[in-house]
Amino acid sequence: MTEATGPDPALTLHEVTIAYGAAPVVSDVSLAVGRGQWLAIVGPNGAGKSTLLKAIAGLVEYRGSVTLDSTRIDRLSPSDRARRIGYAPQNPALPERLTVTDYVLLGRTPHLGFLARETAADLSIVEDVLDRVDLRGLMGRRLGTLSGGEAQRAVLARVLAQRTGLLLLDEPTTGLDIGHAQTLLERLDQLRAEDNATVVTTLHDLTLAAQYADELVLVDRGGIVAAGKPSEVLTAERLREHYAAEVEVLTTTDGRPVVAPVRPRHA
Amino acid sequence: MTLTRRSAPRPEAAEHTTRLRPGVLAVSLAVLLAAVVFSLLAGSGELGWQRVLGEIWAQLTGGLSPLSEREAAIVWELRMPRVLLAGLVGAALAGAGAAFQGVFRNPLAEPYLLGAAAGAGMAATMVVVFAPAVTTWVVGPLPAAAFAGALLGVGLSWVLGRSAGGSGTAGLLLAGVAVTAFLTAVQTFVQQLNTDTIKQVYTWTLGGLNISGWTDVLVALPYIALAAVVLVAAARLLDVLTLGDAEAASLGLRPGRIRLVLLAAASLATAAAVSVSGLIGFVGIVVPHLVRLLAGASYRVIVPLSLVGGAVFLVLADVVARTIMPGELPLGVVTAFAGAPFFALVLRTNRERLS
Repeated sequence: MTEATGPDPALTLHEVTIAYGAAPVVSDVSLAVGRGQWLAIVGPNGAGKSTLLKAIAGLVEYRGSVTLDSTRIDRLSPSDRARRIGYAPQNPALPERLTVTDYVLLGRTPHLGFLARETAADLSIVEDVLDRVDLRGLMGRRLGTLSGGEAQRAVLARVLAQRTGLLLLDEPTTGLDIGHAQTLLERLDQLRAEDNATVVTTLHDLTLAAQYADELVLVDRGGIVAAGKPSEVLTAERLREHYAAEVEVLTTTDGRPVVAPVRPRHA
Repeated sequence: MTLTRRSAPRPEAAEHTTRLRPGVLAVSLAVLLAAVVFSLLAGSGELGWQRVLGEIWAQLTGGLSPLSEREAAIVWELRMPRVLLAGLVGAALAGAGAAFQGVFRNPLAEPYLLGAAAGAGMAATMVVVFAPAVTTWVVGPLPAAAFAGALLGVGLSWVLGRSAGGSGTAGLLLAGVAVTAFLTAVQTFVQQLNTDTIKQVYTWTLGGLNISGWTDVLVALPYIALAAVVLVAAARLLDVLTLGDAEAASLGLRPGRIRLVLLAAASLATAAAVSVSGLIGFVGIVVPHLVRLLAGASYRVIVPLSLVGGAVFLVLADVVARTIMPGELPLGVVTAFAGAPFFALVLRTNRERLS
């Protein structure tokens, strides 16, 4: 279930184990994502989803290997890595008084020399990505004045400004209502298709994950317990076992599963 | 028909970036120059400010000076170095304060946070108590010891913060608290054993500019200039650090290394300032804040304008210290006394911009 999904795996994890102290947070995870595919990592709170994403981003120590386009990422220099992998944490810092343009421009950091200044080309890239996330009109606004949806799109723009083939987004819909979450994920899907970018997100909303991702991996207690198409992964029995949740899994007309929580029936 | 040459269109995004515009820099430097001249003229007392102005004019144009040779020497050998020293110290403290606030992502961070003041205070006390009569050194033992003590304090904090482990700045901050407490305790202990030196140590602690001619200026200048160059060059990296370590690392930086370089530069400037002026508070917090409120949130503006603004602030504070009453007020008292209400005023008028 965890081998390459296509002829051209962009990202491969092989027996990745992450331990902060003695106890491993993630153990022996292997998976592969095809180029241009969208993989969603799902699982209960504390399962190790964010940690796994950080390992792929090269931000935590791990055993095993993470390979991107047949290059092991631990052999890349930090700036080389940052030119290939874009990452946004679950709760990104948004310095209140920074303008949207200043903030998105920080995404150009890996492309600049250590002490170099941005050029007109960098500014054009910033304009381009702001266009693509519909924030062009808010270029001069301070981050502190943005709504939740605008802020999440600004974060997406900052990652896009890195111009990477792999986007790692940790809960990109945090704090968004259902409509704004949908808008953001639609936009992300469109960008992925246009750039043939590979996307890995953690998503706690299983229905949204099933709607957008090509593949799901269900993680529990640091290990993969199921992987594959959303309809294969999301079964009522599995969710009861790993989330301790009582759910009914319905199916939309396009065959994608919908996870509906129901009240436990006490016998 | 006239031909107009059009340059390539400037990206619209350029209008929305926070950068140091040449005009703003020019104006701030002009204000600094005016402050320096004003400080030279103010409190010139028996010389008369018109005659001092005549002397400056004569020096610039090669004309005839209204001052005698001895009077001219007072202006150039005593007043001028003192004014420039005030500017240097102000620039150092404000620039270092801006860097500390960026590195610690905390608007209340200040250059003395990691034990620079406590280390300098302890070392200065040691000199006053144990080597009061040494006068054969080039710099004088007190500045040299204060400089070394400041660096010792910061160094101890860094080592302790590293060995405490953990990522980020929390460990370093706590180490600074511990080192400050310990070094202050040592200072107090030594002082209590030698109560006759308390007044001298106390005076040093309040801050003030020595009037020892050009030596102090020339001794402090290289460290402060070096630190200023490093901080201005690395201001963009400070902006990246405000996103936090994880994001800075995901953008290809090594946050730990950048912190080390920035804190080393800021502490070098702080140590140089402390060594020639004692402990002058408030500048390191207030000036970067004023700049942030007035000019924007990017360290690419905050760092250079803090350097200039700190110089202006302390040059003017020194005028007050010299002229407000017979004798001299400690400079540290003036900066707090004049700075606090001014700061409160700016906070009030910019209330909406803070939220």
